Amino acid sequence: MGAFGHYLAAHFDTLRLEFWSLFIGGLANGFLYGMVAVGYTLVYGVLRLINFAHSEIFMSGGFASYFVMKALIGTSVPNGAATIGLIVVGILVGATVGAIVATLLERVAYRPLRRRNAPKLAYLISAIGASYFLFNMAGKEFGRYSISMPQPYINHTVFSVFGAGVQLYYIVIFVAGLIMLFSLDRLVATTRLGRSIRAVAQDAETASLMGVNIDRTIALTFIVGGALGGAAGYLFGLGTGVVYTMGFVPALKAFTAAVLGGIGNLRGAMIGGLLLGIAESLSVVFVQAAYIDVVAFGILVAVLLFRPTGILGERLGRAA
Amino acid sequence: MIKSFFTQSLVRRFFSSLAAMAILALMTGPPGSTLTPTAGLTGSFTEPSSFFGLFKTVRWVPFFVIAILMWGIWTLWLSRGKQLKALVSKVAAVPRAATERRPVRWSVGVVLLVVALLLPHIVTDPFWQAAMVEQIAVYVLLAIGLNVVVGFAGLLDLGFVAFYAIGAYTTAWVTGALPTPPLFGIHMDPFFAIPIAIIIAMVAGIILGAPTLRLRGDYLAIVTLGFGEIITIFANNLYGITGGSQGTSVIPHFKLHIGPIKYAWGLTPVPYYYLTLLFVVLFLAAFSLLEHSRVGRAWTAIREDEVAAESVGINPLKYKVMAFAIGASTAGFAGVVTASQSNNIFPSSFTLSFSINILVLVIFGGMGSIFGVVLGAVIIQTASMYLLHSPPSGYQSSDLYIYLGALLVVMMIFRPAGLVPSRRRKREISLSEHQHEGHLDEMLTGNTP
Repeated sequence: MGAFGHYLAAHFDTLRLEFWSLFIGGLANGFLYGMVAVGYTLVYGVLRLINFAHSEIFMSGGFASYFVMKALIGTSVPNGAATIGLIVVGILVGATVGAIVATLLERVAYRPLRRRNAPKLAYLISAIGASYFLFNMAGKEFGRYSISMPQPYINHTVFSVFGAGVQLYYIVIFVAGLIMLFSLDRLVATTRLGRSIRAVAQDAETASLMGVNIDRTIALTFIVGGALGGAAGYLFGLGTGVVYTMGFVPALKAFTAAVLGGIGNLRGAMIGGLLLGIAESLSVVFVQAAYIDVVAFGILVAVLLFRPTGILGERLGRAA
Repeated sequence: MIKSFFTQSLVRRFFSSLAAMAILALMTGPPGSTLTPTAGLTGSFTEPSSFFGLFKTVRWVPFFVIAILMWGIWTLWLSRGKQLKALVSKVAAVPRAATERRPVRWSVGVVLLVVALLLPHIVTDPFWQAAMVEQIAVYVLLAIGLNVVVGFAGLLDLGFVAFYAIGAYTTAWVTGALPTPPLFGIHMDPFFAIPIAIIIAMVAGIILGAPTLRLRGDYLAIVTLGFGEIITIFANNLYGITGGSQGTSVIPHFKLHIGPIKYAWGLTPVPYYYLTLLFVVLFLAAFSLLEHSRVGRAWTAIREDEVAAESVGINPLKYKVMAFAIGASTAGFAGVVTASQSNNIFPSSFTLSFSINILVLVIFGGMGSIFGVVLGAVIIQTASMYLLHSPPSGYQSSDLYIYLGALLVVMMIFRPAGLVPSRRRKREISLSEHQHEGHLDEMLTGNTP
């Protein structure tokens, strides 16, 4: 044991002291990953393909809400009801633009290939091209430096859990994330749209024979996933600012979360997101900050190798 | 009423043309900045420009005119396209038949080789001579390496840059340019780095490939993408081993010393051009032979139908790992050439964008078609070097990826088999597009469940 034992003991000591503050930060990140991960999982369900350009939906949601927030807030410091209103507006703007970009993406980069019944490789390449086009275009138009999002509130500590302060930013994410993920779960489980999404995911051919409009269902799936991704883009940008490359790393992690939970499985993606966020946050104790992304990637490879169907298993098209 | 107006195909084509030209105007327009984020959006349409050099106007006018022209051509193509296509294929039939004949192919190859040999004497501009080595010849090498993975075996590798970085850093290690002591404790010539780098890159390819190539193709893409990122993170942060973001110290140039022959490569690009050209020709020959060998046929079989290939006794995993390792070692080899030629290497040059750039060369030229890939690499790299050499107004060097990204989407929509399609590959794509009946899951995704 010797030196390594001391290393572990010291780090576990840090972990014990820092646990709750790391946990809360990780949980907040986890909600964001979950909101992006459901986008991957939904699209995978209906199209059986990974939407490589989902990161750019996230990015465009962040930028759109930045512009609206800049116009609404400027340099003032809102409080009270205005804060809540501004956050809701930010989320709605992010969601709307995310949904619009997702729709355009489906129309331009996927639908022509679907019409021709192109091989799967073609979809991946087309999606990568679209992703590169979108984020470099954003870099050209909006500059290549990070811009901080105008804050709708003063980010003070609201209350503390076991001595770890919970800041207003985290509470915003928890509330917004819970509401959105819960509504999505109900949408897919109970509504007519949810039923057609599940039907297409289970068996597209039979679904079309039963009168499900496949094109429309796929388009709506992109809209739902894009709205959540865009809203997550706003919430993410609120904390760390917006920049044209902001989508890449969170989306890679959200994809990891989707695989971790079982791709195609809606609740799996949510749980995978939370687990990944927390695991990643706690790993700060053991590895240098520069290697955090390596941890997430290591989790992805480990899941793919040892349990490619994820924690909850792939469940295409069943009510979660 | 309004809806039926917009769903008329003529109207829809008009708006699609307008949208395409608006995007093109944005792509070629002036950039915005973090402080004035809307300057690019407004400037792209309202900046003054001349109307094809005829009279002064604002930017949106010429783009609007092109959109209308495009609308007309598109409409004409839909009504007369079939006749035109028939005419073209009639005209092209004779040259196409000629290219099938072996003597013709050989003589075309010899002519191209002679042109390549004479090129440094025709192009004497120092910028272009350097570009010919660093940006064209090396990229051709990388593209034919990636072609083995993407084109022959049909695997999407987005972490190609990782193997290139491994090759470059191995060279730095062997020649003693890293903070770590060199292999065997002596500073060797970069020539000795070639076999070592090839072996290390190949081993890295096998280690990464053996577990992940069992996975579905889209998972492979993500895992390789992550691997590429991780190699960069390590190169950036392991100061004691790689020199971190400061890069390596000076890597020596190639030196040859066999008996009476002594030659040292230096700072001038032309000797490097001939060296790289020699390697490119060797790799081209090797890969052409490979394509038509037992291994090449096995790759085709796996690409077309993995289950059927397995049932006739081909081990898919073995051949996939083989393709992956061959691609990796080519990238490692290119890394040696780059490291020795450019003297210093930095982690910042090994990014995902680099992998995407190489992928674009392969896709544009034609997956699986060696000639097409070489041609595509030369065309795209020359174009991107031209943009770097004399940038049009409003162009920033990172805008290149806007064009490359758009090119990927456009190629996939209109010409998925590439500029010079490989005959096998083209047949496969059209087979998958026209002959799948019945199962809608397949028709939706092009994926055999």
